[in-house]
Amino acid sequence: MQSSLSPARSFRFALRTVPAVGLAVLLAGCDMVVLNPMGDVAVQQRNLLVFALALMLLIVVPVIALVGIFAWRYRASNKQAHYDPDWDHSTMLELVIWSAPLLIVITLGAATWTGTHLLDPYRPIERITKGQPVAANVKPLEVQVVALDWKWLFIYPEYGFATVNELAAPVNRPIKFRLTSASVMNAFYVPTLVGMIYTMPSMETQLHAVINKPGNYAGFSSNYSGAGFSGMRFRFHGMDQARFDRWVALNRADGDALTRASYLQLAKPTENVPVIRYGQVAQGLFERVVNHCVEPGSVCMGEMMKVDLADPSAMDASGLRAKPDGRVPQIPLNGATAGGVPPTSPADVDQRSRSAPSALDIPSQRNK
Amino acid sequence: MAQPDILSPLNVDPIFGRFTLESLPLHEPIVVATFAAVALGGLALISALTYFKVWGYLWKEWFTTVDHKKIGIMYMILGVVMLLRGFSDAIMMRLQQAMAFGGSEGYLNAHHYDQVFTAHGVIMIFFVAMPFVTGLMNYVVPLQIGARDVSFPFLNNFSFWMTAAGAVIVMMSLFVGEFSQTGWLAMPPLSGIAFSPGVGVDYYIWALQIAGIGTLLSGVNLIATIVKMRAPGMRFMKMPIFCWTALCTNILIVAAFPVLTAVLALLSLDRYVGTAFFTNTLGGNPMMYVNLIWIWGHPEVYILILPMFGVFSEVVSTFSGKRLFGYTSMVYATLVITILAYLVWLHHFFTMGSGASVNSFFGITTMIISIPTGAKIFNWLFTMYRGRVRFELPMMWAIAFMITFTLGGMTGVLLAVPPADFVLHNSLFLVAHFHNVIIGGVVFGAFAGINYWWPKAFGFKLDTVWGKRSFWLWVVGFYFAFMPLYVLGLMGVTRRLRTFDDPSLQIWFIIAGFGAFLVALGIAAMLIQFYVSIRDRKQLVDVTGDPWDGRTLEWSTSSPPPDYNFAFTPVVHDSDAWWDMKARGYRRPEGNFAAIHMPANTATGIMLAGLSVAFGVGMIWYVWWLAGLSFIGILAVAIGHTFNYKRDFFIPKEDVIAHENARTGKLAGAAA
Repeated sequence: MQSSLSPARSFRFALRTVPAVGLAVLLAGCDMVVLNPMGDVAVQQRNLLVFALALMLLIVVPVIALVGIFAWRYRASNKQAHYDPDWDHSTMLELVIWSAPLLIVITLGAATWTGTHLLDPYRPIERITKGQPVAANVKPLEVQVVALDWKWLFIYPEYGFATVNELAAPVNRPIKFRLTSASVMNAFYVPTLVGMIYTMPSMETQLHAVINKPGNYAGFSSNYSGAGFSGMRFRFHGMDQARFDRWVALNRADGDALTRASYLQLAKPTENVPVIRYGQVAQGLFERVVNHCVEPGSVCMGEMMKVDLADPSAMDASGLRAKPDGRVPQIPLNGATAGGVPPTSPADVDQRSRSAPSALDIPSQRNK
Repeated sequence: MAQPDILSPLNVDPIFGRFTLESLPLHEPIVVATFAAVALGGLALISALTYFKVWGYLWKEWFTTVDHKKIGIMYMILGVVMLLRGFSDAIMMRLQQAMAFGGSEGYLNAHHYDQVFTAHGVIMIFFVAMPFVTGLMNYVVPLQIGARDVSFPFLNNFSFWMTAAGAVIVMMSLFVGEFSQTGWLAMPPLSGIAFSPGVGVDYYIWALQIAGIGTLLSGVNLIATIVKMRAPGMRFMKMPIFCWTALCTNILIVAAFPVLTAVLALLSLDRYVGTAFFTNTLGGNPMMYVNLIWIWGHPEVYILILPMFGVFSEVVSTFSGKRLFGYTSMVYATLVITILAYLVWLHHFFTMGSGASVNSFFGITTMIISIPTGAKIFNWLFTMYRGRVRFELPMMWAIAFMITFTLGGMTGVLLAVPPADFVLHNSLFLVAHFHNVIIGGVVFGAFAGINYWWPKAFGFKLDTVWGKRSFWLWVVGFYFAFMPLYVLGLMGVTRRLRTFDDPSLQIWFIIAGFGAFLVALGIAAMLIQFYVSIRDRKQLVDVTGDPWDGRTLEWSTSSPPPDYNFAFTPVVHDSDAWWDMKARGYRRPEGNFAAIHMPANTATGIMLAGLSVAFGVGMIWYVWWLAGLSFIGILAVAIGHTFNYKRDFFIPKEDVIAHENARTGKLAGAAA
């Protein structure tokens, strides 16, 4: 076979095929999690993405082909081609030029409107997977997420424990995330599970999702948040119910408690933080984080607003009037108050071990 | 709960503010080496200029000039110089991301890396793309409408120097202190004083505020010029497309830049006097900043691309030897884009938790923009149809643009679908998308424009051999650099990361790094192209003033054009005025010349900009006496300028006759 090809031809053959084969091998070797997710919401988001892509290729491929064809056919050296230097208008063509993209946008716009509403992060999960609606008696697993500098705190109010940088959920049970941030903006993103959502200080966002397949998946912050941002990674474990129960028990057995004091300690900037477990969590901690009143003696923003609503004169010029009970609202909780001078270089920040062993024997392979 | 002392603007050294010797980044070997190289290069340049005694020439003919052509050229030089800086940042990022795998920290620490990606974005948008766009408009618009200068020539000089002052402040941050580590839009609360207590964000704010004054005023100037100074007969619907796109861009500038100024002013108040517009508590809301900055930021991308659409319209029509297909629909498409540019800003943060109806609205308005944009692509396509396409360098850039930009537009519409954006927002897919449209559109457009109008500006063409090398290196390099980022985005990799865990990603970063290396060669080839062309200017000379068989008025005058552009104001009968004049057997007037009234040079612009740099430095470093004195200086110079009555002069009739006769002789020589 090989010998029947002349060296020049086989070289040209190689020139043509090697890049193509190489690209195919590369693409086959990489794990396109966005195109091959394991959570039903992410699957539907992927479907819409692929639909939009296919719709647009209908017009993009011909346009790119025509650029090549026209440029070549009407090259100056081709005197056979018709030359019409004053031809600059055709009503028919103009109609096509404007209406073809318009039709595509109408189609895509309709899909966008319905898709955006169906896949709204605030919308509770209605199906586990295609053709399998959520049973009426199933209550979603609530997870409260706090983005800290620079790690993730996950509180499970249903079970009363919390973890740092380790998240788990039983397969095929809807999950309801309530998210906020203690300092700056981050975005919570587990690509295999569901699209991202921002976490913002003093604000709560929500995200609904479901994981369909057990596994150990990557999660991280997808919105830049400062020096330790690259290390804001966690693992998300999809587990069958029995395993999840064992995981819950493991966490609840932990002796540490996440009190308001230990939360303030945790909130100080740290990088590359290993998994931490808290067997108990102070009541209403998440609400206090959202309302900036974890520090002892501080007034919750929600309370402040209620007082202000009831009494328009409650805010004096400084905005810091003492409340009826004599307490003064907390000065902004920020990097400075949480941890002294904010770090400007990695040397200023506690570096913890990068690869602390997880307490679980979960096979750490990506997305499988 | 007192803030640390370092944060208090009042508790600083009265002479040096918060500047200390530790502010110099002597501990960063990369920065020190760069500083040494820049200092040596700068010293060599200054000595050479002194040795050849060109300071006086530069001052009289360039720095104080009010000639729109020279100001245009200075904008382009500023853009090229800053491109080198911005691209160095890009190469550093590519190298870091290709290295930092498997526990490796790469070679840049977070403090340095975060500055690099912030500076890259800021410099490429504000000090590369904007100078290219403004430079081309400055040079070409008055020539295309048959005017002798812009409406406010002094303002034009002032605008340029304010832009340059902003660039100086950004460059200063490399060696004195630090630059912002917040990403190119400085989103609070991260950019607030609590989380960014250093000088970085202040450098960012003052560089943009000072450059923004220049941009805004040049927008006002060009609108007035286009509206008021068109040659007789050039009704709006007979205006060249480039002027139309320039008009729309400047309207966008005038409407959008004040928003940027205002939002940065609010951020400054938060940082300097402790207001709470964008803080986490006391009623502050960071989302307000995000909205406001994108209300400027989205029109900004159309500010950059619209004039390039104009460049491509001129280039495709000229090199197809054919009228532009669908002039009217091109004009309306431009206007529709101008209006819609204000109705899409929220698509930059679908993932911030807006409701589904809000997200759908902004997603759909974004898709609608693709209709007029698509119409433009079709119009260029049908301009080539039944034409005689000459593959000169500007046309090669135009064809590369049409293919590349169509791809970039497609991925843009994908990102406009909110559910798809939820999985692609902030990912490398997004990074690939906006580089795809900004490089494929704005940068390719700038290069097409440079190759197209260079012979007009200097009287000789650019070398094609090095030009083609640069073209292929850039285009191939672009695809190698950014297609892998699309793949990485689909693998769930997001932006601004400094280190990576998953080793399977590395190969794609290495390919992207190789692409960036090709682009580096492309930039080098372009600089060589400029050098070779200047060296061989005698062989590449064009005496006709119309080397491409052009269609618009700038090609009717000499190359380079005389200071007064046109000895007689042309009369226009057609949108392709010069093509029409040639077709009707136009004969150049060769007599009856008169003295020409022109604006006089002034040093006020460069003085005001210099004082603005001093003011900025004072504000950044809390050196209050410097800020105060230079602010008083700015007022004094500005008021002083109102007493300057030497604002104009007449070019004597003899000089006009001499120049025009020389041109007559050259044209006769070329015809013979």
